[in-house]
Amino acid sequence: MTQKEPLLSVKDLYVRVEDKEILKGVSLNIYPGEVHALMGRNGSGKSTLSYTLMGHPRYSVTRGEILYKGQDVTAMSPDERARLGIYLAFQYPVAIPGVSVSNFLRASLKAIRGKDVPVKEFRKVLKLEMQKLGIGDDFLSRYVNDGFSGGEKKRLEILQMALFKPQLAVLDETDSGLDIDALKTVAEGINSMTGPDLAVLLITHYQRILNYIKPQFVHVMHEGQIVLSGGSELAHQLEAHGYDWVTRELATAQT
Amino acid sequence: MAAELTRNDIRDVGTDYKYGFHDDESAYNFKSGKGLTKEIVIQLSKMKNEPEWMLKFRLRALDLFLKKPMPTWGNTELLNAIDFENIHYYVRAAEKQGRNWEEVPEGIKKTFDRLGIPEAERKFLAGVTAQYESEVVYHSIREDLEKQGVVFLDMDSGLREHEEIVREHFGTIIPPADNKFAALNSAVWSGGSFVWVPSGVKVEIPLQAYFRINTENMGQFERTLIIAEPGSFVHYIEGCTAPVYSSDSLHSAVVELIAKPGAHIRYTTIQNWSKNVYNLVTKRAVAHEDAKVEWVDGNLGSKLTMKYPSIYLVGPRAHGEVLSVALAGEDQHQDAGAKMIHAAPDTSSIIVSKSISKDGGRTSYRGLVKVYPNATNVKSSVRCDALLLDEKSRSDTYPTMEIEEKDVTIEHEATVSKVGEEQLFYLMSRGLTASEATTMIVNGFFEPFTKELPLEYAVELNRLIQLEMEGSVG
Repeated sequence: MTQKEPLLSVKDLYVRVEDKEILKGVSLNIYPGEVHALMGRNGSGKSTLSYTLMGHPRYSVTRGEILYKGQDVTAMSPDERARLGIYLAFQYPVAIPGVSVSNFLRASLKAIRGKDVPVKEFRKVLKLEMQKLGIGDDFLSRYVNDGFSGGEKKRLEILQMALFKPQLAVLDETDSGLDIDALKTVAEGINSMTGPDLAVLLITHYQRILNYIKPQFVHVMHEGQIVLSGGSELAHQLEAHGYDWVTRELATAQT
Repeated sequence: MAAELTRNDIRDVGTDYKYGFHDDESAYNFKSGKGLTKEIVIQLSKMKNEPEWMLKFRLRALDLFLKKPMPTWGNTELLNAIDFENIHYYVRAAEKQGRNWEEVPEGIKKTFDRLGIPEAERKFLAGVTAQYESEVVYHSIREDLEKQGVVFLDMDSGLREHEEIVREHFGTIIPPADNKFAALNSAVWSGGSFVWVPSGVKVEIPLQAYFRINTENMGQFERTLIIAEPGSFVHYIEGCTAPVYSSDSLHSAVVELIAKPGAHIRYTTIQNWSKNVYNLVTKRAVAHEDAKVEWVDGNLGSKLTMKYPSIYLVGPRAHGEVLSVALAGEDQHQDAGAKMIHAAPDTSSIIVSKSISKDGGRTSYRGLVKVYPNATNVKSSVRCDALLLDEKSRSDTYPTMEIEEKDVTIEHEATVSKVGEEQLFYLMSRGLTASEATTMIVNGFFEPFTKELPLEYAVELNRLIQLEMEGSVG
């Protein structure tokens, strides 16, 4: 069902990092509640798109714009975007030594909501979401991502998403570095959140996670552009034929 | 988890430097003229009704002060800018010190109210020695301390009431000849704390003192002496705030700790002098056999701080620790460090120093680990971490090792890092502003220090850091 206004509308986006142009005209519309998968080889520009959507200062938009709920957010700082309901689950979340997970979560939740979070409510919600993701209590007193395993880092990213309740979640390679059990848990966590209030842009290199999270739309990125878009069947074609198939298809299309 | 959350709550409190007020000075009933002479020292000692030996001690110290040259190391440019002729060496705010809250003069009470002392006291202060100007005006000791035989007085009262103990120990750890500023303090000292803990007594609640400078161009020279008899334990805390003034103030304290065999002293400081104060402090401890001494030292304010808490480990198995943090902003230089002197076998020491420089501020770590011959099986570890918040700030490390014994284990590690763009981006993507994100990173960096503080102080420190970070980012 197509609604009138897209939640996210990326229009002809060109992005540079230092002197290198990485995105070369990306356009993408995501409507509320939709799940999109963005696939492509390493270096095709997927992570650049995710950082740009969140407003990383090193990624400069040289052309095009990003509209969120009809509002131009292209020049907004990351915290402004976060407060509007955009969330990025990082591929490589950084460590913040000395800051406990519980302090970090409470401060972030407060920042995103724009008001204080009652301790009781915070504990209750936190406990519930931690159970769902199979996270133990000892997690809370550890320092953010400091000495975390790959799986623990990804769980923390999804835990934050569950707490913040964004309307748009960009999941950057959330499946990488996870064993099959962890992948299942994380995917179930994500699935329990999707619905009319949450749209997801799932960035992945592999088809594997798509066995658990079913996108309605699949896009393939190649050399800084989205070169193919389709339904979930596209992911299976990619799985069967590999990315070379896309390259060949493109070559054929051009002749 | 409750403590975690409470600590976090407080990061939100506070908006500006609320201690930047000052009282009408007409209430001061004595203020010495500017400059330092023999006559001023004699007058000061007479007003305090001191014994003859103390007057002699002062005069000898004055002689040493006048003869000694300024240090030729450290920030000599700032040091040489001190105008000793333009300082009041003694100011007394009230005729005598109040015994309880009701007796404290109204104007002074108002200042303490603004500092939040009464609330803090109600909650858990054991005894308060609040130094207002040079004289201690408020001082209370809880009954259980008295029952335990613990003496907790201002130094002037300590001298009057326990002259023999004072005479035996005063100036033995830091003699007046030690350095120019120790000599100055010895000549004109006033106030500070005197603590004596009897053998085997463990003081459960931290003893706290509040120091405060108020008169412009006033030097503050408090003198603290803590004696822990064998097998005893005491934790002493001093926290400082000062009003903002336009011209320079000099704070030059001397703190002597004596931990007798098996005793344990922890001394915690959070100093937040306003940014025109010279804070030139000599702190030294001696740890006898099986004793333990810890300096927990936080330096946030002042124009120039030079402070190197030292521990002389003179008895076998004595242990010393210095855990310090420093934050230097614009026009500030925090030159801090630690000294560990291993003079006996099986002694051990740990130094952890963390510093942050921002807005062109400068931090220096200056440290010494010395091991004397025959002090075998010594273990010492030194760790210095510096965090730079911008390109124009500066951090230097000057570690000195003098090891005259082979059978030792010495570790030294130093790191300098910058607040990473990726850390900032990560936290900002979680809705925190640039300033909130930086504060969080900085608080995290200081966490190994903060977690050693009683909760109220941890909260205050985080609040001070937050105030420092505001306006420095974005």
